[in-house]
Amino acid sequence: MPGITREEVAHLARLARLELKPEELDHFAGQLDDIIGAVARVSEVADQDVPPTSHPLPLTNVMRADEVRPSLTPEQALSGAPAQEQQRFKVPQILGEEQ
Amino acid sequence: MTTTTDLVSYEDALASYDPVMGLEVHVELGTNTKMFCGCSTALGAEPNTQTCPICLGMPGALPVVNATGVESAIRIGLALNCEIAEWCRFARKNYFYPDMPKNFQTSQYDEPIAFDGYLDVQLEDGETFRVEIERAHMEEDTGKSTHVGGATGRIHGASHSLLDYNRAGIPLIEIVTKPIEGAGERAPEVARAYVRELRELIRALGVSEARMDKGQMRCDVNLSLRPHGREKFGTRSETKNVNSLRSVERAARFEIQRHAAVLSSGGTIVQETRHFHEDTGSTTSGRVKEEAEDYRYFPEPDLVPVAPSREWVEEIRASLPEMPLARRNRLREEWGVSGTDMQAILNAGTLDLIVETIDAGADAASARKWWMGELARSANESGVAPEQLPITPAQVARVSELVAKGELNDKLARQVIEGVLAGEGAPDEVVEKRGLKVVSDEGALGAAVDEAIAGNPGVADKIRGGKVAAAGALVGAVMKATRGQADAARVKELILEKLGVTEG
Repeated sequence: MPGITREEVAHLARLARLELKPEELDHFAGQLDDIIGAVARVSEVADQDVPPTSHPLPLTNVMRADEVRPSLTPEQALSGAPAQEQQRFKVPQILGEEQ
Repeated sequence: MTTTTDLVSYEDALASYDPVMGLEVHVELGTNTKMFCGCSTALGAEPNTQTCPICLGMPGALPVVNATGVESAIRIGLALNCEIAEWCRFARKNYFYPDMPKNFQTSQYDEPIAFDGYLDVQLEDGETFRVEIERAHMEEDTGKSTHVGGATGRIHGASHSLLDYNRAGIPLIEIVTKPIEGAGERAPEVARAYVRELRELIRALGVSEARMDKGQMRCDVNLSLRPHGREKFGTRSETKNVNSLRSVERAARFEIQRHAAVLSSGGTIVQETRHFHEDTGSTTSGRVKEEAEDYRYFPEPDLVPVAPSREWVEEIRASLPEMPLARRNRLREEWGVSGTDMQAILNAGTLDLIVETIDAGADAASARKWWMGELARSANESGVAPEQLPITPAQVARVSELVAKGELNDKLARQVIEGVLAGEGAPDEVVEKRGLKVVSDEGALGAAVDEAIAGNPGVADKIRGGKVAAAGALVGAVMKATRGQADAARVKELILEKLGVTEG
């Protein structure tokens, strides 16, 4: 199991929009390595014949009928918003990464 | 736009390069509720009045999939000749952008509900082209952003943005083609024909109105060029949100010309998203993809797998309507029209109206004549879709019936249609109010006069000889023939006219 590199941590940090200091990159690289290593031990017991599990419950096809249920009021919906304007969620400037 | 884009002529581009296209179409389903919660999907609601803890991504809220959404996805998949997965999961597509409050979009990744199909599309000249379908998968729409403080609502220069999440969570089906090769110079036409056929199909299935002008159907055009004879694909550009049939064709054409200009001058194509501009028919650079996007897809733990039983799939298959292309071909034969005529009918958006008019009793030829003539013209002039005209297929059928019975001729029938369109009432009311009996028509009157002259040669000779008063006998004959429904003064004028006599 190869170790987690500093570059990989920097990449993850960018995807998660976290600003990390250089020393934090090293710190988290070590920690993530430990975590991944621990999880990787699962593969020691899970052989080819054990399929990856995404859902622990043996359920499929849980569906609901296409019937309208009451929504929140806009006041309720916006009650947790740090800022609002024109009955909409107000978010800071989007940094032009996507248009 | 401050920069101009170098282009080579379309012909030159095609002389050197072979285009390869990929089309991604998003269809918003017409379900009553969102894909994973019971919020309404009705358009035009006040902002943030159709949200709940689930579509707002509140901690602990658990989504449940909409059964009609799944059924619609299967219907689309089957209509596209796809295989339907026996078992598939949803996946989280993680990204940071405020249009989804969850910070991920619930989608499907490597287990689409439908895959490996095809759609046959017909080009203008009747040639059929098969577009292979890679997959159709279920996902959800995003919220609507309004950018404030910048120029003309653009994100650049905006001071902040406002989010309305009414649309977040509305069911979407994304339909992705396999690379479309071998279309050559007809690639833009194939793109347009494909999107149009898909739209017809979606409507026929009854799963969405697929109105591109309302954003219910949106197309991304991926395009690359390769030198003739090379198998490897070139680098592609992805033109996003091309939202009309005409734009799909123009975007593909523009990108062919732009790619060719870059490649033939020794440059390389940058893999990027591009934006299409309706006004100029051009595209401009959007976001450059420096690396493969990392959405960290993983199976959605909050939704259990979807495993449509084969019985359910077969039940849905058995309920599919006749496919639009097959239907058009059948109608074309029944009506005895050419492929070009049928194409024109499709382009005019009058196919269903003609069918309904025929169902209401009109013969095919006259139904087609009215909808493709007067009515198409009238719709065009007033800038509305033909079905929005204030006349029903049943009313058109009634006009056609009156013509068939000989109570109206073409000219009068046109006036009746005109009256109905002007809101004067149903065809019979217009006939009544305007006094549009066939006998008041010049042509019909003329024929009656001719008959009267032929039937009374002696009287006619007298009139020719100058005995104008003798015309009364012929007027009487015409009045009798028209059961009194003619204008006697006009009849007299016509008689004299035809016999070359002037009064007094």
